[in-house]
Amino acid sequence: MAFTPSKETYTGKVYSVTIGTDENTVTFGGENVLPFYTFEGVVPNRPVIAYEIQDVPPDDWPENIQKPFKTVSNDPITWAKFCQDVLKAKAITLRLKGTHPDSQNRSPEDAAKTVKDVLSAINVPLILLGSNHTEKDAAVLVAAAEAAKDKNCIIGKAQEANYKTIVAAAIAHNHKLIAMSELDVNLSKQLNILITQMGFDREKLIIDPMCSALGYGLEYTYSVMERIRLAALAQNDLSMQPPMLGDIGMYVWKVKETQASETDMPQWGSTEERGITWEAVTAIALLLAGAELLIMRHPKAVEAVEKVIDELVEV
Amino acid sequence: MALTGVEIFKLLPKTNCKKCGYPTCLAFAMKLAQGQVSIDSCPDIPEDIKQKLAEASAPPVKPIIFGVGDKAVKMGEETVLFRHDKRFVNPCVFALEIKDTLSEADINSKIEEVINSEIERVGQRLRIDAIALTNDSNNVSKLNAAAKLIATKAPDVPIIICTGNPEAAEIAVKQFADKKPILYGANPENAESMASIAKNYKAILGVVASSAFGGSGGGLDELSAFIERIKSLGIVDIVIDSGARKAKDILRDNTLIRRAAVKKNFKPLGYPIITFAQRGDSLIESIIATIGVAKYSSIIVLSSIEKWKNLALFTLRQNIYTDPQVPMQVEQKIYKIGEPKPDSPLFITTNFSLTYFIVSGEIENSKVPSYLAVMDCEGLSVLTAWAAGKFTAAKIAQFIKESGIENNIKHRELIIPGYVAILSGAIEDKLEGWKITVGPREANGIPAFLRSKTT
Repeated sequence: MAFTPSKETYTGKVYSVTIGTDENTVTFGGENVLPFYTFEGVVPNRPVIAYEIQDVPPDDWPENIQKPFKTVSNDPITWAKFCQDVLKAKAITLRLKGTHPDSQNRSPEDAAKTVKDVLSAINVPLILLGSNHTEKDAAVLVAAAEAAKDKNCIIGKAQEANYKTIVAAAIAHNHKLIAMSELDVNLSKQLNILITQMGFDREKLIIDPMCSALGYGLEYTYSVMERIRLAALAQNDLSMQPPMLGDIGMYVWKVKETQASETDMPQWGSTEERGITWEAVTAIALLLAGAELLIMRHPKAVEAVEKVIDELVEV
Repeated sequence: MALTGVEIFKLLPKTNCKKCGYPTCLAFAMKLAQGQVSIDSCPDIPEDIKQKLAEASAPPVKPIIFGVGDKAVKMGEETVLFRHDKRFVNPCVFALEIKDTLSEADINSKIEEVINSEIERVGQRLRIDAIALTNDSNNVSKLNAAAKLIATKAPDVPIIICTGNPEAAEIAVKQFADKKPILYGANPENAESMASIAKNYKAILGVVASSAFGGSGGGLDELSAFIERIKSLGIVDIVIDSGARKAKDILRDNTLIRRAAVKKNFKPLGYPIITFAQRGDSLIESIIATIGVAKYSSIIVLSSIEKWKNLALFTLRQNIYTDPQVPMQVEQKIYKIGEPKPDSPLFITTNFSLTYFIVSGEIENSKVPSYLAVMDCEGLSVLTAWAAGKFTAAKIAQFIKESGIENNIKHRELIIPGYVAILSGAIEDKLEGWKITVGPREANGIPAFLRSKTT
């Protein structure tokens, strides 16, 4: 019995999205096959990993993830420069965490100023995220989008409860947009349709089907991503063809496994290596499920994941 | 592809004799197609047709049991390419490589690591399942000595003997003769002798494409032909190695192998895949292993098994191999979040694992020590459990009374999920002396809720 490889080609294709300006752009997405299946289709771009920073010092991050940024994280500008210049970040995510009413309740104007300051300090593409407070985000992201006008950023996250104002801001100031729904293929599809019905270009969307960390629902995100990707490729479902985001760092660095000390959990081994591995394994699992854009925190996890991406896309 | 009911029906005697227990041959054929009955229930099928049917109805990836006794592991039996299509069936095996070039003390400590690797997570006991002894020395007596050590110190741990040298193979495998080991290393040059050793000692045979040894490598076509040859030598239990070692090659070969088996029912590649993930950098090795876990490896060989790495890989394997149709559940009990005191708040929710993880995570984020009562609702989320009559006032009241929480707290206030606000009156009626407070609908409202409550 002779073996003939059964190659799968699809009618659908993932949109490629470019962010940033001038010569400092990055592009992700664009493939017409399942993740890294270079043997049967076109994978024009590698996934992009964006380092996460925030507008206020990361006091709520566990010790082991504060450590790599200890000397720079008091100020978002030095933090962003450190990511770009020292860590060679390909993109940076500024999470406007301080605007959350439970954090410092910073005003949209304060947020806009931070965005401007960070933008003037770096030239790699910037992703602007709210604090995941749906009401406040609506105001904050409008101000942030305006402050970053024409810088071709990604803003987010637009959710069912607040998408209208955020979509309008993205259109007005020429940004890409993250549409987030909660672990459900149909909810994601529906939100994408609502957003495009407002006149937002589908090819500027990024789908966030909601991330989860290894051990804390990863299998849900994994399967929802696989199903979204198959809908895009095999069923040629246009509303499912934007690239996907894995907002890894935030979810990984709040679970017990990335924090518990070895003294408390001797059978879990070194806390530091455990945390880094937790982030790297979560990242690769979601890349295999279909994510093209990752937001991550630990430099060692990013470095290892980049190395394996090199191996996966090598020609 | 497996045969359909009608295709099977055509091969049956069509006598409707009912000896199989079904009213007609067609009914029996339908049950056969669904895999719900054995072909042996029909006494009148000729042997050759029986074989044809058995082969056609066999799972596309052959089920193979590796090892014996309590620590034996089942591999293969997979039927889908995506876990959401049904489920991945038999979780991959993690094996620790032990080189025969190591000193006796080092081999002993590696054996100890394997034996002590077991941990518990969400009710499952997880461990490094096997040892892969490699003949790095190229020396027969060294492999023999290391095998002896393992056979003595870890007699019940399933073992893979890795060598291309039949002389070394026989001496080592002999020591595990009745233990269903894997003899890995059959290649086109040594096939006959390796096959006969595997047969003599009832070992599973690990076959490898020539490319694994730096040869030109004929790819999966050559591998398929070679496996046909191995089968013709009378070997039934096989694990396959395409020779892929780089991330890209592992992903491609594993996918093409599993696809051929599942979608084309291509028998030569319908066997569990063994992946050698060893790297100098343990973090990189964890990531390569991640590719194997997610994408179709049945055995993953590791060069080191640090505790942090095991925890991550065990958890990943558990996540990927969870049955998507059966919700993950957590144990029914009162969980302590932080170090709650007698005046700390008490929440209640259902035992769907995701619900538990999200609610407990948000309570943790709020930094307000609390009690979280998690009630067994067969793994349903709050709204579904309520709709299904499993999260009702009577059941909540009974659970709270029987939980013994009344001895740990001095207040009598229970915070219920906002989605079941409708239950508050009924619970108050059934739980005498208690005040029911309606919490937020979504878990992410918990920190704000707790803050407004404590100020």
